[in-house]
Amino acid sequence: MSIDDKKIKELEIKANLIRESVIEMLLEAGSGHTAGPLGMADVFTYLYFHALKYDPKNPLWSDRDRLVVSNGHICPVLYASMAAAGYFPYSELLTLRKFGSILQGHPQREKLPAVETSSGPLGSGLSQTVGMALASRIDNGKNTFKNFFYCIMSDGELDEGQSWEAIMLAGKEKIGNLIAIVDRNYIQIGGSTEDVMPLSPLSQKWESFNWHVQEIDGHNFEALDIAFGRAKAEFEKPSVIIAHTIPGKGVAEFERNFEWHGKPPSKEEAKRALTELRTLGGKIISEHQ
Amino acid sequence: MIPDSKKLNPKIFDNDVERISVRVGFGQGLLAAGELDEKVVGLCADLTNSTQMNLFAKKFPNRFIEVGVAEQNLASVASGVAAMGKIPFIASYAMFNPGRNWEQIRTTICFNNVPVKIIGSHVGVSVGQDGGTHQALEDIAMMRVLPNMVVISPCDSLEAKKATMACAKTNIPTYIRLARENTPIITTEETPFEIGKAQVFFEPSSGKVDVGIIATGTLVYKALVVAKKLEAEGMGVKVLNLSTIKPIDADAIISLSKEAGAIVTVEEHQIQGGMGSAVCEVLTMNNPVPVEFVGVNNQFGQSGKPEELLEFYGMGESHIIEAVKKVVKRK
Repeated sequence: MSIDDKKIKELEIKANLIRESVIEMLLEAGSGHTAGPLGMADVFTYLYFHALKYDPKNPLWSDRDRLVVSNGHICPVLYASMAAAGYFPYSELLTLRKFGSILQGHPQREKLPAVETSSGPLGSGLSQTVGMALASRIDNGKNTFKNFFYCIMSDGELDEGQSWEAIMLAGKEKIGNLIAIVDRNYIQIGGSTEDVMPLSPLSQKWESFNWHVQEIDGHNFEALDIAFGRAKAEFEKPSVIIAHTIPGKGVAEFERNFEWHGKPPSKEEAKRALTELRTLGGKIISEHQ
Repeated sequence: MIPDSKKLNPKIFDNDVERISVRVGFGQGLLAAGELDEKVVGLCADLTNSTQMNLFAKKFPNRFIEVGVAEQNLASVASGVAAMGKIPFIASYAMFNPGRNWEQIRTTICFNNVPVKIIGSHVGVSVGQDGGTHQALEDIAMMRVLPNMVVISPCDSLEAKKATMACAKTNIPTYIRLARENTPIITTEETPFEIGKAQVFFEPSSGKVDVGIIATGTLVYKALVVAKKLEAEGMGVKVLNLSTIKPIDADAIISLSKEAGAIVTVEEHQIQGGMGSAVCEVLTMNNPVPVEFVGVNNQFGQSGKPEELLEFYGMGESHIIEAVKKVVKRK
């Protein structure tokens, strides 16, 4: 069943609210990453409010889908999505990066068991997702998919050799219920991905490791819906969705600038950003139209 | 003399004492653990025969995952397997597991506190001819520094089997280091083993303890031989087998230090950061007595025969005797 216009509109408004939460959290924390969380707000919104099987009141429900966020530094968007999904009160978001918070600067599972793993050191999330999927296969057999195993990765973390070790293993094992999502925003901390360590041609790399590959506009909910539908329909291969996103998406002055990878907005910048996002809230033009 | 209660191998001091590689005990232990508990999963980085994981892999192909020569992936895949409620064992040479994949072990296993069991084979210079690249001498230091990690260094094949089976029942990360060479069987099936408990394997017949030797791994055997020799010379030696290095059996160490007044530590590992250092962390805070270290002193290994390398790097019987005599003088 494909997604309808009403649902798309609903998701777009939701994503915008999550972007507002991200700005508010970063302003209060005084440190953290801005570009990635804003850029991935649509993907997270799609996952949490249309795709993932979960129960916020029973976060360790054994039949839930698993979502591993390998690039832990974009956790503000993860936390904002989880608050919106009802895992914890919104008020918790303003404790980001503070002493005693469940919302650590990078996710820590012992503080927040509702996240599937601790992450931040790049390149190991996909390995863990592969391990989860293979463990599930031991219990359920190769062709019984009780749930899906999602891994969100940054493009920059594909510099890590371990990423490719995991990609190779998933291809070997033909893990049909594994879906990786690469945030293809072309920036990393030191500049453009293509300057720091070129990844192009990225699709061909994944394809040659025996993955089912799709490249989409990561801000277009209709495209996301089609891509996730196709990924789920691929039983014989793991799937990767290379989601092209605009770093800092939603706030014009942050967009497409790698300098926003790892810094938070100032008070003035946050004020302008929130004004911009709140203005958009009333008159969103759908990306898919 | 050997305390009766420890039920050690009666042929321990015979010339024809049976010699089996410690890693064989791991292979048998994993198979037995797998038979007892279907949650046990094996993962390997293309060294199933060398690490003896082949027994398990053959018996339980559905619970075995071959990741190829990729130890970083090995550790993190196992973290994911453990997150699903399994008890994964990951095996390779210690130089690569935990040598190559330390950060993955720290973040994805210890920081998450999931029950991945890390098996590092081919430790120490007694790996022999493969040379220094393959002789793990730093693994105890790397693993004992990690919060949540248990570190076990079995003295023989039977103890390795017991350690493997015991750690399959715990819900925390564990590292077990295994030697490659065939080494004497010190214990029997009846010898007590408990994670976290050191065992006295030799005590003076006279009851008078002049020195305590704390040994770990296959060098426990040399420590016992030395204790017997020195007893003939009239020196009372008590030998503690410290197979669990973390959590360390502080009570046993403090009690031995009070009885003996001087300690020698014996390990096939760098002195810096190894088991001896761990013992001294206990002693300095509780009962500082003179200590001498037998181990590798800030060097890398090289190719050679196991025995000649142990001699060259200062871990032969003569070196233990020398350390004992030196430490007694410092009392």
